[in-house]
Amino acid sequence: MTVAERTPLVELQHISVAFGGVHAVRDVSIDLYAGEVVGLVGGNGAGKTTLMRVLSGAHPADSGEVHVDGKRVKITNPSDAKHYNIETIYQTLALAENVDAPGNLFLGRELTTRLGSLDDSAMEAETRKVMGRLNPNFKNFKQPVQSLSGGQRQGVAIARAVHFNAKILIMDEPTAALGPAETAQVRNLIRQLKDEGIGIFLISHDIHDVFDLSDRIGVMYHGEIVDIVEKATVTPDDVLGMIILGKKPGEVTDTDKAAIELRG
Amino acid sequence: MTNLAEAPSQSGQQRPGTVTSIRRLIAQTEIDVRLFGMLVALAVILLTFNVLTDGTFLRPTNMVTLSVQAAGIAIIATGMVLVIVSRNIDLSVGSLVGFVAMSYALLMTDWLPLLGLGPDFPFRWAIALAIGIAIGAGFGALQGFIIAYIGVPSFIVTLGGLLSIRGLVWYLSNGAAISGIDRNFQLLGGGAQGSIGGTLTWVAAIIGCIAIVALLVNGRRQRRRFDFPVRPMWAEVLLAGAGCVAVLGLAAFANANLWPTGLANRIAIEQGWGEAPEGGWQIATGLPIPILLVIGVGLVMTWLATRRRFGRYVYAYGGNPDAAELAGINTRLTILKTYVVMGILCSIAASISAARLNGATLDIGVSYELYVIAAAVIGGTSFSGGIGTISGAILGAFVMASLSYGLSYMGVISPGQNVAAGIVLIAAVGFDTYNRRRGS
Ligand SMILES: Nc1ncnc2c1ncn2[C@@H]1O[C@H](COP(=O)(O)OP(=O)(O)OP(=O)(O)O)[C@@H](O)[C@H]1O
Ligand SMILES: [Mg+2]
Repeated sequence: MTVAERTPLVELQHISVAFGGVHAVRDVSIDLYAGEVVGLVGGNGAGKTTLMRVLSGAHPADSGEVHVDGKRVKITNPSDAKHYNIETIYQTLALAENVDAPGNLFLGRELTTRLGSLDDSAMEAETRKVMGRLNPNFKNFKQPVQSLSGGQRQGVAIARAVHFNAKILIMDEPTAALGPAETAQVRNLIRQLKDEGIGIFLISHDIHDVFDLSDRIGVMYHGEIVDIVEKATVTPDDVLGMIILGKKPGEVTDTDKAAIELRG
Repeated sequence: MTNLAEAPSQSGQQRPGTVTSIRRLIAQTEIDVRLFGMLVALAVILLTFNVLTDGTFLRPTNMVTLSVQAAGIAIIATGMVLVIVSRNIDLSVGSLVGFVAMSYALLMTDWLPLLGLGPDFPFRWAIALAIGIAIGAGFGALQGFIIAYIGVPSFIVTLGGLLSIRGLVWYLSNGAAISGIDRNFQLLGGGAQGSIGGTLTWVAAIIGCIAIVALLVNGRRQRRRFDFPVRPMWAEVLLAGAGCVAVLGLAAFANANLWPTGLANRIAIEQGWGEAPEGGWQIATGLPIPILLVIGVGLVMTWLATRRRFGRYVYAYGGNPDAAELAGINTRLTILKTYVVMGILCSIAASISAARLNGATLDIGVSYELYVIAAAVIGGTSFSGGIGTISGAILGAFVMASLSYGLSYMGVISPGQNVAAGIVLIAAVGFDTYNRRRGS
């Protein structure tokens, strides 16, 4: 499998985003192939979410290019991203609290009757199907998502992202609020989607999750990419070192190691 | 089933048991508890006034007058729900009502004749109404554009609207009151002639009953189609029964309102009905047109709010603006549309006012914004966004109108009525806040 000869699903090239004086993302380039999971790790505020929001159309990049299937594209709003089959599970979930699960799942893409009215029954039926795969115990189809547990809400957000035939899936800490059983389900889902040829950016603070699921791992530090490594070539400790120090394993000095020891 | 089996063993604590089972029964009918509570509150208010006035308050003529007075506020309040649900406000409604009412008056007396549409031109009322609605929608679109696309806070924009549109009313008529509204247009204001009569009222009621049953049957079939749980049959029958009784009762009540004797006699002579029967003419007025407008607007707005994408987006935006944006919704256009709807509703309300007054004064609609906002809020609309119902706002308008009409009927002057309205407003919101806190 010569990866280099295929066209990547997505290429982010030299992306920069600044908030006032804060360089949240600085000259970051990363790509993603079909059927691949790229883990994105880094400390809090490293710029992972901001980078992915550029790809989701949630935030414009100050500079840089986005290529999908080898062609340069302009993604200026979330609809554009959806047009390219880029779906996102946001860290904040981005659910309308006062709307029920089917309403949220189909938000912006409602099923309608012939006369253009909302077809709530059809949407509920679809939602029951998707949720059945993700969280079979889920029963609250008529309540505002506000009244759901954190994990159930995350389930709704995940269901929304996977329902619409994503080709590129961005998962920003998708299991942060999930119980062990549900987490296992999401891991299975990720593997399944990967087998279907979907490319996945997976942001997670759980190094084991990332090692378990990713093919490659990108490490961010203060808005910049430290390195993008094949999982097989590194150990979890190497990655941890990169996250904390912002240096590649070869560049780590003894004083750095001492500093880590000190911090515990 | 297990619940039933366990029930007898818990009979030691009988009271909590009955309370929870009543709750469960109510839950099974899926009726809106808050709305039901408001209906009860409205009934209590009406009955209390009735007792205090020795049973004269609840006479059909009083109720019809009260309803017609509430109509304008109720109509605009349905739009205010959408505006507040999407985290905005509209303070300009009163001024806009004034402007459009003045426009109707001038259309009738000056503008339409200039266009060659003299007093005898057919459908002048409809032409005037269409132009008025266009004016309202235009102002709404302008304000909505500044709010949604330029990003000036709605409070500021509509406060500016409140001031400047009211000022424009003066320039429209050079400070004069204008009278002389088309006869047909005047029917929009209600009164004996502006009502649809006994027969049509019954027809409307029967159509209403059929519609209720059809909606319930259709809803049940929809859920059956996907094998979803449905309401128990008794609940369906209860809802259909209660709905039909309410509709027919309303019709009977409206039909108990009779034409005033003097007016009936005059019309009888004009139209050559011949001799008055024993005991004078007994002609039922039936539903006044303003009430029909409220019902029509309420239905259309509920449909917009719950069955259309537009409504879904308004509520989603109110619940979480970011989520709506990230879902790819055109949130700006959605907000702009809420103000266009608002403008149209103001024009409809203005037609009722102008028709009733047979013209327009400079101060039509003054402080409407306050009553409209109060009606929406009493009806359960929350300023934190995302929460509110059309039917609640209409009921809210009727609660307020009942209070002020009842108090004035008892001789309380309008400052006293305002005191009461203010207290009710705070009490209603306090009650909601308490309930929500207890609920969470
Ligand atoms: N809307 C915003 N306005 C201003 N600054 C922002 C905004 N969003 C992010 N930032 C800043 O950008 C930087 C990167 O934030 P980002 O959310 O991308 O980090 P992250 O890697 O996702 O962190 P975490 O692991 O905590 O989710 C931070 O310094 C943050 O303060
Ligand atoms: Mg983040």
